[in-house]
Amino acid sequence: MGEFFRVLTDNGQLFVEGFTNTVQLFLIAAVGSLVLGTLLGAMRVSPVPALRAFGATYVNLVRNTPLTLVFAFLVFAVPKLDVNIDYFASATIALTVYTSAFVCEVIRSGVNTVAAGQAEAARALGMTFGQVLTLIVLPQALRAMVPPMMSVFIAMLKNTTIAAGFSVLEAGAIPAYMAERGEPQFAVLLWITIGFLILILPLVALQRFLERKWRVAR
Amino acid sequence: MSQASILYDLPGPRAKRRNAILGVVSTAGIIALLAYIGYKFADTGQFEARKWEQFQYASVQRELLGGLWATLKAAGIAAVLALLFGAVFASARLSDKWILRTPGTFVVELFRAIPLLILIFFGYYVPLQYGWSIDKLWALVIGLMLYNGSVLAEIFRAGINAVPYGQTEGAYAIGMRKNQVLRLILLPQAVRSMLPAIVSQLVVLLKDTALGFIITYPELLFVGKQIGGRLPFGLPYVPAYLVVGAMYIAICGALSVLAWWLQKRMGRSRRTAAKVLPAQATGEDAARMV
Repeated sequence: MGEFFRVLTDNGQLFVEGFTNTVQLFLIAAVGSLVLGTLLGAMRVSPVPALRAFGATYVNLVRNTPLTLVFAFLVFAVPKLDVNIDYFASATIALTVYTSAFVCEVIRSGVNTVAAGQAEAARALGMTFGQVLTLIVLPQALRAMVPPMMSVFIAMLKNTTIAAGFSVLEAGAIPAYMAERGEPQFAVLLWITIGFLILILPLVALQRFLERKWRVAR
Repeated sequence: MSQASILYDLPGPRAKRRNAILGVVSTAGIIALLAYIGYKFADTGQFEARKWEQFQYASVQRELLGGLWATLKAAGIAAVLALLFGAVFASARLSDKWILRTPGTFVVELFRAIPLLILIFFGYYVPLQYGWSIDKLWALVIGLMLYNGSVLAEIFRAGINAVPYGQTEGAYAIGMRKNQVLRLILLPQAVRSMLPAIVSQLVVLLKDTALGFIITYPELLFVGKQIGGRLPFGLPYVPAYLVVGAMYIAICGALSVLAWWLQKRMGRSRRTAAKVLPAQATGEDAARMV
């Protein structure tokens, strides 16, 4: 048991650095994928067929590609195109590109949960597009979007570990460093697990709470 | 999109004109983007014959097929084990006895909250340290089984719970035992309702085998890197990953289409009273798709 705590106290700095980078990676990629995903979602519900087709193609291609492949492409193939980005930036781009496909789907299905009669009635009252969107559709759609959106971001937080395979020092990369230091890996991995549980469980609890609170009878 | 969208009415003459203009502008934008990417490729010589010629060699094709086989082998074994794991823990969570329910819930919730790569590392680094030789395949398979098995357990539970309670009551009323109710009434209906979700989860599992790359299990992505790293062919990383990506997209895409088709078909079926669980989850379990 003493050994178990020693692993953390002896290597505290590495753990702190690793998890700090994980959180940073998560926050930047979350903002990025929210922006890109919303843009794609808007394309998929737009009245312009070309944009809808583009959005659908993007989502279907990305959803059927492993995230690890996106990482590998950015880290090994993109430099060959004379585009030089460092490892951390590559990781955030990979996570953003991948997660935004899922954000897009959440937004699209959220908008589609609102009954068509709602917007029809609003238009019959003479509301403009902006009013229909901000007063009628979005308030209802957002409620349906928030719980699945949180699931997507929880999954993304877990996915940040993949950056470990691509030279980013984040939580998932700690075991490789510890292997060099000869620390007991079981304890190391347990501490990483505990770290992730600390980050994830509050998000899961919040998500379930919101889901119960905002369950709408339709 | 045949029916009118929630956001806009059927367009009138002015909206039609505006949409047409937007369509032309956005098509031009998309073409410009693709053209820029194409230019970048051409500029850095990605279309040179020497970067692509090794794909004509039978040995390289065999290498790719070998990688594909390693990927499919890991996915196949992990899928069978995950389905079993899911069935065991779903029945534990559905049990009437708290002594089974509590540990079942704990295990399922725990393994869903741990990043899959960390689960794989447990199987990879821990034996490595004690000098046991465990095949990388099994490190990967065990991680995939624990994570996807837990997600599948939740799908199974949701499937059983999606059968209306009246079915259970009816079955008890005509004198069936608990075992019979589950076997003859609930399962046949639940399987139909959860089949699309199960297939989607298997697509996720197949995609996740790519994590084997990180522990250097020689699967498709790993082979792709080897092919891309060959100097005599001008380090063809871009062609190699495009080929590997196309292979993944073809296989996972075919399975996704199957899931979607099952969802349509099961949605029409009258042979289940349960609502069909969507292939792509939207609620609590959206995470399982990512």
